[in-house]
Amino acid sequence: MSHKPVTDTTELTRFRALQRLAYEGAQAVAATLEPGVTERQAAGRLRDWLVQQGVQDWFHTPFAWFGDRTAFRHFRTPLQFFPTRRRLTENMPFILDCAPVRDGYVADIGYAGVLGENRIFDRLISDLREYRELIVDRVRAGHTLRQIYDEVDALIARHGYDSRHRVYPGRVIAHQVGKVRSRLPKFIVAGFGVRSLRTLVGDLVVERMHHRSPLWANGKISNHPATPGLWAVEPHIGFRDVGVKFEEILVVTENDAYWLDDDLPHVRRWNGSEAA
Amino acid sequence: MTQQVLSPAARVVTPDNVKLAVREWGDPAAPAVVCVHGYPDNGSVWDGVVAQLSNRYRVVVYDVRGAGESDHPRHKDAYRLDRLANDLAAVIDAVSPDRPVHLVGHDWGAIQCWHAVTGDRLRGRVASYTSISGPCLDHAAHWFRSRLRPSPRDLRELLTQAAFSWYIGYFHLPLLPELGWRTGVARRVMSWMRRLDKGARASVPENRTVLADALHGLRLYRTNMLPRLRRPEERRTDIPVQVLAPSRDAFVSVPLQTDIARWVPDLRVRHVAGGHWLPSSRPDLVARCVSELVDHVQGGQETRPLRRARVSAAPRSRFADQLVVITGAGSGIGRATALAFADAGAEVVATDIDEAAAARTAELAHLLGARAHAHAVDVSHGNAVYQLAEQVRADLGVPDIVVNNAGIAVSGSLLVTSEEDWRRIIDVNLWGVIHGCRAFAEQMVERGEGGHLVNVASAAAYLFTRMLPAYSTTKSAVLTLTQCARAELAAEGIGVTAICPGFVNTNITRNARFVGVTAEEQERHRRVASRLYGRRNYTPDRTARHILRAVERDVPIAPITPEAKVGLALSRLTPGLLRAGARFDLTPH
Repeated sequence: MSHKPVTDTTELTRFRALQRLAYEGAQAVAATLEPGVTERQAAGRLRDWLVQQGVQDWFHTPFAWFGDRTAFRHFRTPLQFFPTRRRLTENMPFILDCAPVRDGYVADIGYAGVLGENRIFDRLISDLREYRELIVDRVRAGHTLRQIYDEVDALIARHGYDSRHRVYPGRVIAHQVGKVRSRLPKFIVAGFGVRSLRTLVGDLVVERMHHRSPLWANGKISNHPATPGLWAVEPHIGFRDVGVKFEEILVVTENDAYWLDDDLPHVRRWNGSEAA
Repeated sequence: MTQQVLSPAARVVTPDNVKLAVREWGDPAAPAVVCVHGYPDNGSVWDGVVAQLSNRYRVVVYDVRGAGESDHPRHKDAYRLDRLANDLAAVIDAVSPDRPVHLVGHDWGAIQCWHAVTGDRLRGRVASYTSISGPCLDHAAHWFRSRLRPSPRDLRELLTQAAFSWYIGYFHLPLLPELGWRTGVARRVMSWMRRLDKGARASVPENRTVLADALHGLRLYRTNMLPRLRRPEERRTDIPVQVLAPSRDAFVSVPLQTDIARWVPDLRVRHVAGGHWLPSSRPDLVARCVSELVDHVQGGQETRPLRRARVSAAPRSRFADQLVVITGAGSGIGRATALAFADAGAEVVATDIDEAAAARTAELAHLLGARAHAHAVDVSHGNAVYQLAEQVRADLGVPDIVVNNAGIAVSGSLLVTSEEDWRRIIDVNLWGVIHGCRAFAEQMVERGEGGHLVNVASAAAYLFTRMLPAYSTTKSAVLTLTQCARAELAAEGIGVTAICPGFVNTNITRNARFVGVTAEEQERHRRVASRLYGRRNYTPDRTARHILRAVERDVPIAPITPEAKVGLALSRLTPGLLRAGARFDLTPH
């Protein structure tokens, strides 16, 4: 959320700490989910948990999606992204997604889980690993965002899944993040913090002048390599009524790219299953 | 065949003192299968079936009273169904006093068996029953009554059966039927009817008993028909029953003999291709079906055809217990179709030239809870396709549905498309379908239980453009082939459907070959075409849903996307307009 790239080590540590906190919050709330809980209750729990940990503002308030809503099935309007009264049942997949702001630092995370057992979920989440590797690899190789988007699509097709990030507004698979520096009052409009939005709009204007975009999709405007800075990347794949995603920050520098943190639940899961 | 023909046949004496001629074959220790013939036949109608069954079972055949070498009682009452059922009981008691037997009945033999298995006398003595072209008369009477409702379908079924049953009325006339037999006219009519039944014995065997059999057998009708039809009973049986319902039976319509689930809870209905004299026209088929049921009842596995034939009130998946083979199943419409069938309960064989892609499809189908297998095959090689077909049959059985989907795209005008490009696309798109149809249709015909072939053509089969001569030519040929095959295989109960998708977002655009341009331009064309198809975004999943529906409804030509439907209509209404449109070069730039 800033056209000024963040690569300072101390700054990165703060971003990493907040991202880790957000994932811890998602895991803590996931552990409390029981059959019958609604999306709204789950999102509320995550919000409360993070506020207790010192989160002051939001890029967007927590979302929670249960069941086929994890794959955005039958989504027609953006309003459908907001938490509903859908109740969680046994063996149902869920996704918690939140973007807290603390001291101007932003995290934007997505945590996919399942209540009980779901074979499709297991397969999807283990395949998600390839996307994480592909994206950082291609960014490093200097491919354009558009190319990478198409390469992700091709991998999705090869896997036999369908792209669910194409349902997000603007079909984005990622967006830039940076420090929130607006002086607007803390205010939430339709789930999005106005300060963060103001920063994002500012970025959009500046980037557009450079024929780039802080939003990463497959349009012509994304026909450039990743600009240095932080990108919240969220490949979201679906198969039938199960959708799975992660969302975490990719650090792009002038000549390298790496994931901000490798100690995240999904990465630990992959490493664990690899050991197993 | 270990034959133990006792000549003259052994005699079993019934309670009312009629002597029945009984023959038996096979190992006396094996499960006993008792076959009962119809009218105007005698036990010899089972000869072909006996030849195949007697390797594994003890097969017992007898001439029913009034036929063959059995006694011919003169009195009408001697032919009441109760007496006939008692005959059967006497034979069973004589040949297998300790163990239940398996029954097979054809025509009047089936009617007798029904009467016997739905009564008390043989309770516990019959382990299974296979009925061919002969309903329980009481069920038939109920069926006729139920069809008197004013619904078009019921009335159609009623009228069809009424048209089939003309001879029953005729047999009730005084003297005329006897005259028919005595003058030889009836025999000629029967021979003619059997000739219609491809493969059945050409004529009624000429021997001294034939006339007597025909005349005495008339009493079957005169004694039983009216009382049963007038005052039908509620007759039930709990034993495992399978009904073989031939599609071209000229006497017993399919609904009449299959709509009986309320009296027979353990019922299987197998729709088979053939006419009325199935035991003589398709002895292999009858023997196979009987063996499957007998083996299952004796504790063996329930085969897929048996499971599929099961009539049950419980809801089942749309394609439960069907085996589906799909070519080009590694991506796009093929993969989506494989998964849609898997979702609908089918067992899936996913084949593709790319083994890993096929395996991935099988894995996804497996995730959906289906049984799935993967094979690598290049459909342009006939031998490879035949080998695949053989292996599928050996491992899993004859498939019920085959989707010939594998295809490639070549874009570019006639003059710039090289001979090599022509050959490659014809090899894959046309020969692939020809090989698939031939290899699997052959198996389906031999099995005789129908099936369905789906050939994925294209809207380009009828929407011509100067840009796609090679592709359109192959797809038009597939469309034509499909319609010819449909005509040919209809009599075998095999449906053939052409699918014309239109612009569906698959990797065919990413892999399309654009001839006459540089590699760079080809890449650009591919990208632009993919993007256009992506924007159109008609998904393979949606296409697959239409394919399943087309199979269920046995549609001849199924255009999928709206543009494919409109195009098909225009190709018929305004071909000139489309010809004019074909002149434009619409290659995406």
